[in-house]
Amino acid sequence: MLADLDWLEPATDFRVRLKAVRAAIAEGTGDEEQLYALALGRLDLNQLGQLAGAVASYVATDAAPGPLARVRLGVIGSGTLGLIEPAIAASALRHRVIATVVGGDYGSAMQDAIDPQSALRTAGLDLALIALDYRTLGLDRAQPNPGAAVDAAAAMVGAMVDGLAASAAGGVMVATIVPPVEPLFGSFDAVEPGSVAAQVAALNARLADWARDKRIVLVDIARVAAWVGLDRWHDAGQWHSAKLPFDPDLIPLYADVVARTIAAVRGTTRKCLVLDLDNTLWGGIIGDDGVDGIALGQGSAKGEAFLAIQQMALGLRQRGIILAVCSKNDDDVARIPFRDHPDMPLKEAHIASFVANWGDKATNLRAIASALNIGLDSLVFLDDNPVERAQVRRERPLVAVPEVPADPALYPRILLGAGYFEAVAFAQEDRDRADQYRANAERAAFAGTSDMVGYLASLDMVADIRPFDAVNRARIAQLINKSNQFNLTTRRYTEAQVAALEADPAKLTMQVRLTDRFGDNGMISVIVVDRATWEIDTWLMSCRVLGRRMEEAVLAHIAAAARDGGASALTGRYLPSVKNKMVAGHFGKLGFAKVSGEDGKETVWRLDLADYAAPELPMRIVDGS
Amino acid sequence: MTVEEIVAKIADVMVDVFDVDELDVTEATSADDVDEWDSLSHIRFIITLERLFKIKFLNEEIADLKNVGDLARVIQAKLPA
Repeated sequence: MLADLDWLEPATDFRVRLKAVRAAIAEGTGDEEQLYALALGRLDLNQLGQLAGAVASYVATDAAPGPLARVRLGVIGSGTLGLIEPAIAASALRHRVIATVVGGDYGSAMQDAIDPQSALRTAGLDLALIALDYRTLGLDRAQPNPGAAVDAAAAMVGAMVDGLAASAAGGVMVATIVPPVEPLFGSFDAVEPGSVAAQVAALNARLADWARDKRIVLVDIARVAAWVGLDRWHDAGQWHSAKLPFDPDLIPLYADVVARTIAAVRGTTRKCLVLDLDNTLWGGIIGDDGVDGIALGQGSAKGEAFLAIQQMALGLRQRGIILAVCSKNDDDVARIPFRDHPDMPLKEAHIASFVANWGDKATNLRAIASALNIGLDSLVFLDDNPVERAQVRRERPLVAVPEVPADPALYPRILLGAGYFEAVAFAQEDRDRADQYRANAERAAFAGTSDMVGYLASLDMVADIRPFDAVNRARIAQLINKSNQFNLTTRRYTEAQVAALEADPAKLTMQVRLTDRFGDNGMISVIVVDRATWEIDTWLMSCRVLGRRMEEAVLAHIAAAARDGGASALTGRYLPSVKNKMVAGHFGKLGFAKVSGEDGKETVWRLDLADYAAPELPMRIVDGS
Repeated sequence: MTVEEIVAKIADVMVDVFDVDELDVTEATSADDVDEWDSLSHIRFIITLERLFKIKFLNEEIADLKNVGDLARVIQAKLPA
């Protein structure tokens, strides 16, 4: 099931559609959404290769940046990787990334990684992937001194990581090592540290430690191999004849797992699971069968299967994935099981946006995205009904819609195996996010009953403004790489670069947190200002807090720092991107005068500090600097 | 299945594997006749055939093949009678 990427729709008419896209690219009218659409099907190795070719020709046209993220990925490792590289480039499209994949030379992983002048390291990489095999790490035989062999292998991988990290600022991904099928002792392999299986496990444990310390990003290929089974994964004949590290039939799965990790690094993973109700969250139809008639809970195989789906949804919510409901039902009927069914673990409080009506789902999904203030490309829609799935796919190609098997017992496996919500970090912020979105919906309801000034005053807002620090570094880097809409310059910095900014006395850095009577909004703004020129290098804010006058609070803080530094003016710059039109007028609204640039293009703005007075704001400021 | 029938199926696979619009495939066609037929696409070619015919080649069976006709005869021998 997972080996064949069964969550994807069959790739019908692929060759015909590919031809059309190729023709469009050749005429200079190719666009990124066409490429994305082609990647949504269940593509085989040949089709992935063909699509990778189309990506490469599209990139070669130097088209203006579109909605997809761009990445240059270097790949080194053991054996023949030439079939894997194009498959990664094609699969990345599915995760809304245009990847240019640069392969190292065959058998030269170490040289490619440690020589600063190697073709790979001088290729302008953003990210790198190290994909090694136990057979090239000296771990292919039992060792009398297993610690030494694992140390040596770890040193080798570490040298590659450090070399590549110097040239791939976005990070180095390392695939875990897949253990061999063949036992030496049998079950005792797990007990004897010198066995191949135990040595591989020891090395993988070190890789996980490195990932926890942010030295690398882990791609757990060993786990993926376990999904499909080592007996199927390893193809000894292909290793002997062509040095293919695993059965090439599994390359589409491997490439998708690498691609979803890239998406997690670049912040293009999905944020919200939208659930259908009848026959998706419970068995039967609530409007026909009633709360006593639907299948849910212990006591029947069917009821337990739907219980497991709800537990899966709750598990996702606990790690920060937003839950929403989109159902064809009367609203009051749809809510009955949430309120009255004794075995229902999901409650209304877990659902950030609850839409039950008789309208079409494509329209309702747009309403959900807009209520939550997230993009359609953040949604995953789970629905048992193939007609609804097809309608949503046709009308809303940005929404991910998994194919599901006939048996609901398999829904959790297919949804989670599809990797829509891949993560490379987990912070307290993530734990709290689902609550924040819900609190936001409550704030919106509260706002409806009051005038704006009174509303803001009644929120009891407290803004905490302080410089970057090590504790919040990962979250700051996450925001810098994820924020698109309220982002004046869309400059991306890696965690290492954030650390450098943090230590640089020539930069004014600010992280802003906002709490109010409904809860903690978490970190909602990140700012970097150059102290020499007093130009605002980076200014981004969470769209969750729009309309709360946070922009003015931030400006007041910058202006005070600039006056202390002897400045007479601030400079702001707007660099347009596909997604940040909403802030084109940002500086103008704050009282800056435009110095240069046309509307809709790059503009430069100036605020004369002599004319600026900090406004009265409906919040308390805690200055942590 | 006759060798001719197998060659026809191989020809369809070759269009996809080597990503060419048209290919005139006969028993005499070899890697020299197809620019896109290199060592990597050869691997894709073999596994695509394995999948299509539901067979598995041994390395020694395909190491010394000269042309599509040879390949078709190996496949024919592996198919159930």
